[in-house]
Amino acid sequence: MKVSLSWLRQYVPIEMPVETLAEALTMAGLEVEALSDRYTYLQSVVVGRVVKVSAHPNADNLKCCQVDIGNQRYPVVCGAPNLREEMLSALALVHTELPGGAVVKQTMIRGELSDGMLCSEFELALGPDRSGIMDLSQNPTVGQSIAEALNLSDAVLEIGLTPNRPDCLSMIGVAREVAAIQKCSVKMPGVMLKETKTPIDELTSVQLDAPNLCPRYSARLLDNVSVGPSPFWLQDRLLSVGLRPINNLVDITNFVMLETGQPLHAFDFDRLGGHRIVVRKAEVDEPFTTLDNKERHLSKDVCMICDAERPVAIGGVMGGLESEITPTTRRVLLESATFNPISIRKTSKALGLKTEASHRFERGVDPEGTLYALDRAAQLMVELAGGRLFSGCIDQRDGHPSATVIELSVDAANRLLGTHLDAASMAERLRAIAFETTIVDDENLLVQVPSFRVDVSRPEDLMEEVARLVGYDKIPTTFPTVLADAAAGDHLKDQRCRIRQILVGFGFSEAINYSFIHQDSCDRLNLDQDDERRRQVHILNPLSEDQAVLRTTLVSGLLETAGRNISRQVRNLKLFELGRIFLANDKDDLPTEKDMLCGVWTGLRQPLSWHSRELPCDFYDIKGVVEGLFTALRIEKAQFTSLATEKCRYTNPGFSAEVKIDGSPVGLVGELHPQVLERYNLKQAVFLFELDLTEVLDRIPTYLQAQSIPVFPATARDITLIVDQTIEAARILEQVRGLDVALVEDLYLFDVFQGNPIPRGKKSISFRITYRSSQTTLVDEEINALHKQITETLIEAYDANLPA
Amino acid sequence: MEKTIDQIRDEAIEAIATASSDVDLESVTVKYLGRKGAVTQFLRNISQLPPPERPQAGQKANAVKKDLELRLKDALQRIMSRAEGLAQGLDVSLPGRPAGFVGSIHPINQVMEEICGIFSRMGFQVVEGPEVETDYYNFEALNIPKNHPARDMQDTFYVSENVVLRTHTSPAQPRVMEKTQPPVRIIAPGKVYRCDSDLTHTPMFHQVEGLLVDEGVSFGDLKGTLTAFVHQMFDTRIQLRFRPSFFPFTEPSAEVDISCVICRGRGCRVCSQTGWIEVLGSGMVHPAVFENVQYDTRRYTGFAFGMGVERIAMLKYQIDDIRKYFDNDLRFLGQF
Repeated sequence: MKVSLSWLRQYVPIEMPVETLAEALTMAGLEVEALSDRYTYLQSVVVGRVVKVSAHPNADNLKCCQVDIGNQRYPVVCGAPNLREEMLSALALVHTELPGGAVVKQTMIRGELSDGMLCSEFELALGPDRSGIMDLSQNPTVGQSIAEALNLSDAVLEIGLTPNRPDCLSMIGVAREVAAIQKCSVKMPGVMLKETKTPIDELTSVQLDAPNLCPRYSARLLDNVSVGPSPFWLQDRLLSVGLRPINNLVDITNFVMLETGQPLHAFDFDRLGGHRIVVRKAEVDEPFTTLDNKERHLSKDVCMICDAERPVAIGGVMGGLESEITPTTRRVLLESATFNPISIRKTSKALGLKTEASHRFERGVDPEGTLYALDRAAQLMVELAGGRLFSGCIDQRDGHPSATVIELSVDAANRLLGTHLDAASMAERLRAIAFETTIVDDENLLVQVPSFRVDVSRPEDLMEEVARLVGYDKIPTTFPTVLADAAAGDHLKDQRCRIRQILVGFGFSEAINYSFIHQDSCDRLNLDQDDERRRQVHILNPLSEDQAVLRTTLVSGLLETAGRNISRQVRNLKLFELGRIFLANDKDDLPTEKDMLCGVWTGLRQPLSWHSRELPCDFYDIKGVVEGLFTALRIEKAQFTSLATEKCRYTNPGFSAEVKIDGSPVGLVGELHPQVLERYNLKQAVFLFELDLTEVLDRIPTYLQAQSIPVFPATARDITLIVDQTIEAARILEQVRGLDVALVEDLYLFDVFQGNPIPRGKKSISFRITYRSSQTTLVDEEINALHKQITETLIEAYDANLPA
Repeated sequence: MEKTIDQIRDEAIEAIATASSDVDLESVTVKYLGRKGAVTQFLRNISQLPPPERPQAGQKANAVKKDLELRLKDALQRIMSRAEGLAQGLDVSLPGRPAGFVGSIHPINQVMEEICGIFSRMGFQVVEGPEVETDYYNFEALNIPKNHPARDMQDTFYVSENVVLRTHTSPAQPRVMEKTQPPVRIIAPGKVYRCDSDLTHTPMFHQVEGLLVDEGVSFGDLKGTLTAFVHQMFDTRIQLRFRPSFFPFTEPSAEVDISCVICRGRGCRVCSQTGWIEVLGSGMVHPAVFENVQYDTRRYTGFAFGMGVERIAMLKYQIDDIRKYFDNDLRFLGQF
């Protein structure tokens, strides 16, 4: 909502500097988002002296002249009849944007250079005179800007109104707030109507068939109007808030809407079939051509304004092409109505049609305001368009809604706000904004809500009014006193935080990717048709194809992030993300949301350094990360087993493992499939881990019990077995652990070897067993016997040999 | 006259101090303590002194000799260890072996943790809810009926007619209140979504919602709580400005501006020269919201607030483009 100070002053005196006013309005809930001067466009229009006038060599109606602005002279071609040497006029320099929208350019006019434009007051929107260029001979300062020379200044406040304050979508509405701030009153423009003897009822009628959609329809009728441009003052008002003047009748309806907040519509009465109005619901798919010359199809909840034969306007939204005011219009039916906010909003949304009228009606227009606006507009049409007003008005309405009266408890208000106001001071604030307030006793107020405040219906609404007029900054700052019970911590959040820190310790950086991804991500990851991750949640109104579905895996987002980094030459990446995936359920059921943890590693194993060679990371690096994470989380019994191809299509078969804890699968670790790499345009190997976070968190031990540190020394024995190369080393170690020998404290695999002298198809596996007793120092004999026993068990179980 | 033993000693000490190599020291040793050295000569010449002076001179010369021997030994050690360092020791100026790549927690999560931490210390409990939400919890329960203009305040992603991507973390309010009785003291951090994308908006961002309900909770308490928060989050010199606003689920409602943390309120690009930056929306819980969860509106009052984490992180780290958060360039992430 734009408000010019000069217009606002018509309704309320303004006693403070405009900056102070803007601040005060903001603090009263009408946020002033911008403060500007409407004449800033005049900054590059300067006072110039015409110094040399000569005939244009190629045009009889034009003259060439030089314009001196003090430090410079400009050649200008001009056709104004009043151009003469030594006159002072307004020169718009190149790049000036004129109020009509045109931009002044350096041009050749019939072969002569024109470097600027001498302007009439009309061209600068400073007055109605368009007969010639401005004559500023009274003002001698050459080179000064016109705004300065003529002392032109008018502040424009741009107010960002919240949807609950439609009453302020008008000059009078804003003036009321200003008056409340200044503790003065609003001056409403008086209305004096001259009417002819013929009553309106003899010429027309309004039939209200849809009172739900249109609770009130008021109308007046004029004849003898002549359509033409508005007087300058009216055009100036509209221009001051950025509205283009059209013609006097349309300008008057716009002016009164901006003044009062009541949208109006003017019909050409002679183009209304049957010379009457019928307000009804639209028929299903009813076609209608609006003012903007578009044919629209309506649904049955739309309120149609019709004549005796056909629709002439979409009520409260836009008029029709066929009944609009034209230069030949002589008789005008003026509509001032209110409409159902919900229906207006639905209609406006369905048609994609937002107008000044629909904007106001969907927020709520004063139900008692139709007649004042109607009379005000009728008077202006009489005065400015020569209209004759028929006697009386039509005012069809669906009953009289009673005024809202609210009981306000002074104590409740003080308790909610934390204030200590008495009944009288609350009453004073409310009365300042036209709430009729009766002080029942020290404790109770009876407040009648003015009809234009459609947003106020509860005591809390009144409390807000009191609070904002007192000033939020005046309310004492206190602290809540709440029972000091210990808030339960969020275990999940804490654990997630711990995991982040562990991974950061391992050199990983955390990424946050968008939750939406491209629909084809499943294909790019090779997911099977029956993979549950194909149950994508689709967004009905996505911003782009790239963001059309919710992610069912974190992998695609991380791969895209990796690709983006690599394309910017950041090639060594250790990234992880901890976030939700979404698996669709039945329509209208919420999807299943799962927390996942995913990490990728690509490029070098270690930062480049003079200490070591450049080594790329590999499978065992990423596996080590997961093992390290589990160790740090005190999760024991993690297993890594070869991942079957059908269990994961985006990792490389033979280079990926399923991760299990206590036998249950919790995720995977592996190298990305070359095909997938190619689809993500990645040209270097990428290793990833992907874990179901909830499954992992569930297995973090809640309680830890301290173990005593061993007192007796340990003894180690190495063992090397030659086994079939297909045997997984971890199985052998697991078997030793599985023997559950009390004295075996630890196992450490230190070598795996294939090649000469180990026979083809075999490998040697070496590991160290640490023996220790908590009771005594072990003697060699005991250990040797035990070690031999274990060795023999393994030889037998794996058909193994000892090295030669 | 021959030099006194004191003169010899002083000369020798000076020579030791200026010696810069073991060769220098060697020649100092020869010059003073060698067979023909000055101290040796002096000792030899004692026999030519009158007998009564001999014992004292002898004692003194021997003491000087001992002292110089010690000094030479020290100096040699000093010089040798320096030389050794260069010849056989380490060039300690060379880079150490890297401990590995250095990772980082995403700045948004760092700031979110910090916000949650401040409120946790005030006794607020952290709760979370679904990111895909029903129209009821996202709107209706919060007093935003269908076809209300307030719906325009948030551009919504729809999954179906009644399912949306949550546009704010406020659904936590009805979800928690439905299940618990006052006192309620919660904060709800998380991702939210709005279909809006430009220089200052990303379609996904993060919010932290707060709610406190009990008997006798006032607007003044809201002011106090949020003031404490802002002072902890930024610093205690930051000023707060509460100004009337509108949210359908609070009444009275307030926007909270803080004095610009960049220019300290003098006016800069970040605060559009106003000196103030909007960081929080807040208000007293609307009675309609309480009615929806069957709270006794005569008995309980409460306040709610919500803030954008990206915005706070932008102020904290002076980040100029919100889109950098989700671009995940390692050179950006590595800065925090």
